[in-house]
Amino acid sequence: MDLNTVWFILITILFTGFFFLEGFDYGVGILLPILGKDDSQRRAIINSIGPVWDGNEVWMITAGGALFASFPNVYATLFSGFYLALMLMLVSLIMRGVSFEFRGKRPGKGWRALWDWFIFTGSLFPAFLWGITAANLMRGFAIEQDMNYFGGLLPLLNPYALLGGLVFVSLFVMHGANFLVRKVNEDIASRAKNAAFSSWIIATVLMVAFVTWTFLSTDILTKPGINGLIPAILSAIALLATGWVNRVGRSGWAFITGSLSIILASLMVFAGLYPRLLISSLDPAWSLTIANAASSPYTLKVITIIAAVFFPIVLGYQIWSYWIFRKRVEINPEKLVY
Amino acid sequence: MDPVILSRWQFAITTIYHFFLVPLTLGLSILVAIFETRYVATGNETYKHLTKFWGRIFLINFAAGVVTGIVQEFHFGMNWSGYARFMGDIFGAPLAIEALLAFYLESTFIGLWVFGWDKLSKKAHLAAMWLVAFGSSISALFILTANSFMQNPVGYSIENGRAVMTNFFALITNPNLPYQFFHVLAAGVTTAGFIVLGFSAWHLLRKNGKDDFFQKAFRWAAVYALVGVVAVILLGDAHGKFLETIQPMKISAAEAIWENEQPAAFLVIANIDQQAQKNTFAIRIPRMLSFLLYSNFYGGVDGLKELQARAVAQYGPGNYIPPVVITFWSFRIMVAVGFMMGLLALLAVIQPRVKCLQKSRLFLQLLLPAMALPYIASTFGWILTESDRQPWIVYGLQKVQDAVSPTLSSGDVLFSLILFIVLLSGLIAVTGWLMYKSGTAEPKAEEAAE
Repeated sequence: MDLNTVWFILITILFTGFFFLEGFDYGVGILLPILGKDDSQRRAIINSIGPVWDGNEVWMITAGGALFASFPNVYATLFSGFYLALMLMLVSLIMRGVSFEFRGKRPGKGWRALWDWFIFTGSLFPAFLWGITAANLMRGFAIEQDMNYFGGLLPLLNPYALLGGLVFVSLFVMHGANFLVRKVNEDIASRAKNAAFSSWIIATVLMVAFVTWTFLSTDILTKPGINGLIPAILSAIALLATGWVNRVGRSGWAFITGSLSIILASLMVFAGLYPRLLISSLDPAWSLTIANAASSPYTLKVITIIAAVFFPIVLGYQIWSYWIFRKRVEINPEKLVY
Repeated sequence: MDPVILSRWQFAITTIYHFFLVPLTLGLSILVAIFETRYVATGNETYKHLTKFWGRIFLINFAAGVVTGIVQEFHFGMNWSGYARFMGDIFGAPLAIEALLAFYLESTFIGLWVFGWDKLSKKAHLAAMWLVAFGSSISALFILTANSFMQNPVGYSIENGRAVMTNFFALITNPNLPYQFFHVLAAGVTTAGFIVLGFSAWHLLRKNGKDDFFQKAFRWAAVYALVGVVAVILLGDAHGKFLETIQPMKISAAEAIWENEQPAAFLVIANIDQQAQKNTFAIRIPRMLSFLLYSNFYGGVDGLKELQARAVAQYGPGNYIPPVVITFWSFRIMVAVGFMMGLLALLAVIQPRVKCLQKSRLFLQLLLPAMALPYIASTFGWILTESDRQPWIVYGLQKVQDAVSPTLSSGDVLFSLILFIVLLSGLIAVTGWLMYKSGTAEPKAEEAAE
């Protein structure tokens, strides 16, 4: 396998890991005002992701950095082309990131409500924007011969992409609810279980519509060679199973099947793209691929060695940190941190 | 307005805001780790309280530092896609390594540190803090590896109109890097020293000096600040001498030397006319610049006019002289503030042994506004470094005007610039206010509230 393909796979792993991990903590953030009835409940909900959300977000930062290092042209085209969408994402993430730390530092009700609001919007907007981005990547956008996209924000807000945004939000809410069922105590957990089921219904309906639309209007599921059809089918099965295990009360399994549906949906996107990273809707020859967008072989070799040494270490200590915090969060004001 | 100008303002402003937070993260993480080490080694509860008290201030600052850092990573693609395409082969690698080695480490272990007080053993908890501190320094090291390349390109070739890495080892052993990295790290140590000194002085003033907790903090911070500021000055001096050997344009711009001089005088202040390429007024110390650069009294310095002519011969027509008014004054402000901090840190170290200082409320009062000094010095330090490289974004390889994203409209960038200014100003204000609240709270009372 050539290193360009290796890096396509690594980028896939980083984004998939990001959707899987940050997916549930965006979901928890969106559910915060819905499931948290009073301050101690909201604190418990925030504490459920407190020790891990920052590490989860680094998956996105690393995916961005890895994209820059391995496929700088993709990084340049995507980030400059999606300028205003990314601005909104940055603003949301900035407010969300400080909210966790700032919220608990003062006692006032208004103060805490303010940061709760930023955790909510800071989780909702990025989830929606990543959905919009993923859908536009699958659909393609007007990349010109010089690899630049001049279209601005409006063409990116097409109905297909908006549906993609809603799919992401509903999947992440379901994912977050499944996570909360396992991480908080009875009262919130039982409401989280109901929220998981309601969002599962919405996610399933939206997902069916989105995959059908994808099948009809893009080549992601149908192109010859590697395509996203098999991951799409497996993702659908996992999603259906999630609703069923939720009803029979197997919350651990619901989290696992829900996670699988997200991971497989992400694999569908990347398998459907390969070997392209950014599809030009103007001319297939102007698409950015693992060949024309990549760094030099020397640079790819250097970063491959570094990733091979350090990525397993990172995985090791992140898994260890989840192990340390495996227990449910108690609603005990003495013990809560944030 | 031109998207290039707006993008430059946006990058400058977001970077300066980001660097309001970074030095304290660098320096205070190490100091908190030292306090916790003392606690684990001696079992003395005071050190645990010191760890928690300054740890709280560290966390407020850290959170804001992390989120403003994300902006920096996105900017290279959003506003500077020309740069990202030209430089991605070289610049992307240290950035990806920074994320992989440093960001994961910091973010995972800060979670373990904050939430792990009763879940981890004492030693594991201490290790978590050291790993956070280590991660912060590694992060600085790799982003400065990237910045050092922009200042002094090494280990590359130009292929098909873009810079390509040919030697990774040369990249990470860039001779410019040790000066930059340790200068920044020492600046972080200095910043942490002055913040801890300032808050400790605030408490000592209110209790007429009778507070064991803040006396202890004060003594540690005084030594810490002095070590930092001495290192910062020595490294800065060494860096200047080094730059004269590789990029004399930078030194001549920072010193406003227009004509060749041998021996070279140091200008304490000057009225600079960049258009006419001369100084209309200056206070000169003869031979002093020769001494500063070469440790002798006869060394020559090439003037900006000569260096401009050489640059034209090498790179073709264009203006290669940096904005001299900015570089000259940034340099002087940074150095003056540096020496002020050196004096204050020295007085703080000897304070417990000198009667008149012990009794002096004025000295403690001085340490309150002095908390601003490291921020002033860092800000002007970056303004100097980045302005001194103009018109280049990558020295000798790419100009700033060629680096900007061709896809951006002025409206887009103006919108984002205003949004960033409002958002980041608010963020810094809240961060400062929370740090003030935490720093002036009673240590025990705050812990009981948790």
